[in-house]
Amino acid sequence: MNWLTDISNIIKFMPEAIIAGVLLSVSASMVGVILVLKRFSMIGDGLSHVGFGAFSLALAANTFLDAHLNVSIDKTGWEYLVAIPLVIIVAYILLRLGESKKIKGDASIALIASSALAIGYLAINLTGGTSADISKYMFGSITTVTTTQMYICCGVAAVVIGLFLCFSNHIFAVTFDESFAKAIGLHTKTFNTILSILTAVIIVFGMRIMGTLLISSIIIFPALTSMKLFNNFKKVVWSSAIISALCFIIAFFAFYQYSSAASIVIVNLIAFIIATIVGKIIRRFSKK
Amino acid sequence: MSLISCRNLKVGYYGKPILSDVNLDINSGEFICIIGDNGSGKSTLIKTMLRLAQPLGGKIVYDSSLKKTSVGYLPQEIKAKSDFPATVFEVVISGCINRLGIRASYNKEERAIAMRYIKTLEIEDIIHKSFRELSGGERQRTLLARALCSSEKVLFLDEPFNALDIHVTNHLYHTLAKINSEYGVTIVMISHDVETALKHVNKVVYVDGTVKFVGTPCEYKKLGGQNNELAN
Repeated sequence: MNWLTDISNIIKFMPEAIIAGVLLSVSASMVGVILVLKRFSMIGDGLSHVGFGAFSLALAANTFLDAHLNVSIDKTGWEYLVAIPLVIIVAYILLRLGESKKIKGDASIALIASSALAIGYLAINLTGGTSADISKYMFGSITTVTTTQMYICCGVAAVVIGLFLCFSNHIFAVTFDESFAKAIGLHTKTFNTILSILTAVIIVFGMRIMGTLLISSIIIFPALTSMKLFNNFKKVVWSSAIISALCFIIAFFAFYQYSSAASIVIVNLIAFIIATIVGKIIRRFSKK
Repeated sequence: MSLISCRNLKVGYYGKPILSDVNLDINSGEFICIIGDNGSGKSTLIKTMLRLAQPLGGKIVYDSSLKKTSVGYLPQEIKAKSDFPATVFEVVISGCINRLGIRASYNKEERAIAMRYIKTLEIEDIIHKSFRELSGGERQRTLLARALCSSEKVLFLDEPFNALDIHVTNHLYHTLAKINSEYGVTIVMISHDVETALKHVNKVVYVDGTVKFVGTPCEYKKLGGQNNELAN
């Protein structure tokens, strides 16, 4: 029963990582359903690159201040103070651009993502940053989640779950047909602002677990997996939350000694393949 | 009584006017069809009246009884995707969202409204069917039922019969005529199929740069339609 001892040891030594991971997976998957249905699947990828750029700039600014100006400041959470507002602004712009006929959403995501990545990489290099710094942001590091970050993840999850419990019908109406919702008097701008803020916060904190390169997977995969199984919006939302949490737990405990982010993606991919097969079987039988 | 009055209205996109000096009254109980060439600004005019687009000039006066939440709308091309996970009932009742306020779920009255229009549009048999599995006609009837749920006063329909066969189109026209006469719903519709529209509506608005004609279908026919006198 070595594996049981292993699991109890992991729970004992990394409770923050497990709680933060499960809650972020749940939040990301629920918001992900909206993003996937609004055809913004790649926004997670784009924003994580912006997050990388912002983290790198914050790191570069720290190094610069320390080396040249001899200014000593408290660095706790400094990179988040830079990244969160910046990513929220970019998220809002990208979601607004999606409605524009002048610039296509996917093109603007690609434009902003590659620019932010280049700026971030250059900033780290110019200020003598190490490849360890880059790797931390690129691939995530779940074991370094702090208690404060865990509490923030609890807050984010509470807001996301609360919003879906209270306003799932409103969320459905705006996601299904935004112009109709706007025409009949719904505050679609408020909806988009809240969506931008939640997406940005989830991505910035999710980067700690999944890294820049893999964060969009916990947003997209659970939504797509649930859509293979259910035809009802509410069922898709709640089942994607459950699937996402289960995938995280399986990946975390089964492959904790390897890359946690990559394991989460692989487990989600397996879940998606199984759901595709099960969905086809269900549809075949229901037609009969 | 005019529900909506456009006065010297100028509409367009990105500051570029498409229609100017629009003076038009939408009166209670009318069944109006707005006609005109592609790109003549029909959809933009409707969107401006729905407050989805800002007017570039002039003004729109809304009757005090007409709140922002008392209009129904069927967009030209629904942005909802073919893979959207929703049942027909979910889509129809989402039209009642403007009655919901901050409540979390629909009440009995709202469910009854949804069921009434589901019956009117004859889609009772498919209420549990997935929206992504519907035919073009079923989809339009579902969206029309949703639009009706949101308002029993004014209904804006942007090319509701696009890509539908003549049989389904005629059936939907009869349903709209029934909604207009029995429930007293004012309907403002855009259609390219002028000939069919003239048989069912009671007011025609022809636009081309401005409003070139407002009158009954008979008057429109007498003038020879848009290809002759109106175009000149």
